[in-house]
Amino acid sequence: MNRSILEKHASSIFIYLVLAVVSALVFAPLLWVIGTSLKTYPETITRASALFPETPHWQNYAEIFSLAPFGRYFWNTLLVSVSVIVITLVTSAMAAFSFARLSWPGREAVFVLYLSMLIIPVHVVLVPNFILLRELRLLNTLLSLVLTRAFLPLGTFLMRQFFMGIPRELEESAIIDGCGYGRRFAAIIVPLAKPAFVTLLIVTLIMIWNDYLFPLVFIQSRANRTLTLGLAILAGDFDIQWNLVMAATILSISPLVITFLFAQRYFIEGVALQGTKG
Amino acid sequence: MARTNRKELIAALLFLLPNLVGFLLFLVGPTIGAFLISTMDWALINEPSFAGLSNFQRLISDNRFWITLRNTGYYVFVRVPINVFISLVLAVLLNQNIRGRNFFRTLLFVPVVLSLVSVAIMWRPLVMDSGVLNQITSRFGIAPVPWITSSRHAMPTIIMIGVWREIGYFMVIFLAGLQSISSHYYEAARIDGASGVQQFFRITIPLVSPTTFFITVVAMIWSFQIFDLTTVLTGGGPRNATNTLVMYIYQQGFQNFRMGYASALGVALFFIVLLLTIVQKQISARWVHY
Repeated sequence: MNRSILEKHASSIFIYLVLAVVSALVFAPLLWVIGTSLKTYPETITRASALFPETPHWQNYAEIFSLAPFGRYFWNTLLVSVSVIVITLVTSAMAAFSFARLSWPGREAVFVLYLSMLIIPVHVVLVPNFILLRELRLLNTLLSLVLTRAFLPLGTFLMRQFFMGIPRELEESAIIDGCGYGRRFAAIIVPLAKPAFVTLLIVTLIMIWNDYLFPLVFIQSRANRTLTLGLAILAGDFDIQWNLVMAATILSISPLVITFLFAQRYFIEGVALQGTKG
Repeated sequence: MARTNRKELIAALLFLLPNLVGFLLFLVGPTIGAFLISTMDWALINEPSFAGLSNFQRLISDNRFWITLRNTGYYVFVRVPINVFISLVLAVLLNQNIRGRNFFRTLLFVPVVLSLVSVAIMWRPLVMDSGVLNQITSRFGIAPVPWITSSRHAMPTIIMIGVWREIGYFMVIFLAGLQSISSHYYEAARIDGASGVQQFFRITIPLVSPTTFFITVVAMIWSFQIFDLTTVLTGGGPRNATNTLVMYIYQQGFQNFRMGYASALGVALFFIVLLLTIVQKQISARWVHY
C-alpha cells in the first residue's frame, strides 16, 4: 500500500516537472519579448539576454506611434475582423439551415461543391482573386480583405454538421403553431447552436486578425494596412532597434491576447469542438 | 401540398443565396479561374495569351519549384509528427487528475493566438547568430549554432518555432478527444496490472485515433501552406533552404508578375494537397479505430 502511494506521488511529481519545463520553454520567449520592449536601446545590446530591463522604459510604447500609425492599423484590423465574423456567422448559419432542414432539388450536389472546396488552399485562388478585385476596382480597400475571406466553406460545413444533430422534434411544436421558416431558424435553431457559433467565431477571429498574405497582396497604401502587415513592414525597417520592434509586436498582439485571457473558456471550448465535430 | 413545397423552395433559396453568391464569386469562380489562367501567359500589363500546357512543362523542369516543394515537404513531414506527439503527451498529462490543469492549459494556448508574423519577429533576435540563444549557450561553453544562417539548420529552426506556436492548439483538441474515452477501460487495465506506459500505448493511442487522424489531416493541410513564418524570419534563405511553395507562388505572381505561371503553381499545390488527403484517408483505415 505504501509503495503505491509512493508511486502515485512520484508520478505526479514527474507530471508537474514535465509541465513546468514545457511551460517555461513556451513562456520564456514571451517574457523576454515583454522585457526587451521596455529596455533602452543600449540595453538591448549590453544586456540582450536579460529577461527584464533595469528600469522599465515605457516611452518605447509612445515612440511606436510616431513611427507608424498603429491606431489606424488597429482600427483597420478590427473593422475587417468584425465584418468577416458577422458575415461568416450570419450567412453560413443561414446556408446551413437550408442544407440541414429544408429540402430542395440539387441540395446534395451543391453541398458536395461546398465540401470539395474545403480542401482547396486559399493560395490557389490568390492570383484570380487579385485579378477579380482589380476588375472590380476593389484593390487596396479593406472591403477586398472582407469579401475574399467571408465566404469560406468551413463555416457552412461546421454549422450544417451541428444543425444535423439538433433533434427535429424541437421544431415540431413551432411547425404546428404555424411558424414560418424564419421563426424556426431564429427562435429555435440559432439559440441551440451557440457552441457552433462560438467555434466559428473563435476560429475566424484568430485567422483573420492574424492574416498576412492577403493584406500583403491586396493592400498598397499605408493608411489601409492591417496590424500584421504594418508590423511586418515596421520590423523590416527597424529590425536593429529590438526594443522598439518588440514594443510594436506587443502592441499588435495584445488585443487578441487580452481577449483570449478574458474569454479563454470560449476559445478553448471553441477549438476543442472542432475535433469532435470535424 | 404543392404550395408548401414551393414555399419551402423559396425559403431554401433565400437562406442559401447570401452565402452562395459570395462563395461562387470569390471561391468557386476563382478556382476555375486558376485552372484557366494556368494555361495562359499573362504579365498583367499586357493581354493574356493562350499558352496551352507550357506553364506545366516549365514547372516540371523548374529547379526552383522542386526545391520549394522539397522544403515544404520537409517542413510538413517532420513538423506534423513532432507536433502531434508533443501535443498528445501533454494532453495525456493534463488529463490526469492534477491541480493547476486550467493554468497550464491556458499558458500553453497563448502562442496560438499570436500572428505568425509576430512570432517570426519575436524569435529573430533569439535565433540570430549573435542572438540570445547563442549568448546563453556560450556561457556554458557551447559553440554557437547558426540557427537561421546555415541551410542545414534553418528549416529545423523554423520547425521548432512552428511547433512552439501550435502545441496548445492540438493539445486542446486532444484533451477533448481523451475526455470521451470511458474510464472503465483504464480501470479494467489497472486491475489487470497494466502500467501507465502500457495503458498509454494499448488504450489511449488506439481510442484517441479518430482525433489523431483529424489533427494530422488539418495540421498537414495547414503546414503545406507555410508562408508567414519563413517570409518574415528568413525570407526563404539561406540559399532557398526555407523557400516554400506558397512563397514561390507569391514570388512568381506578385514580384515577377507571371500570373499564368503562378496559377500553374497554385494548381500544382491543389493537386498535391488533394493527393495527400486521399492517401491519408486510405491509410487511416489501418490505424484509426472508430
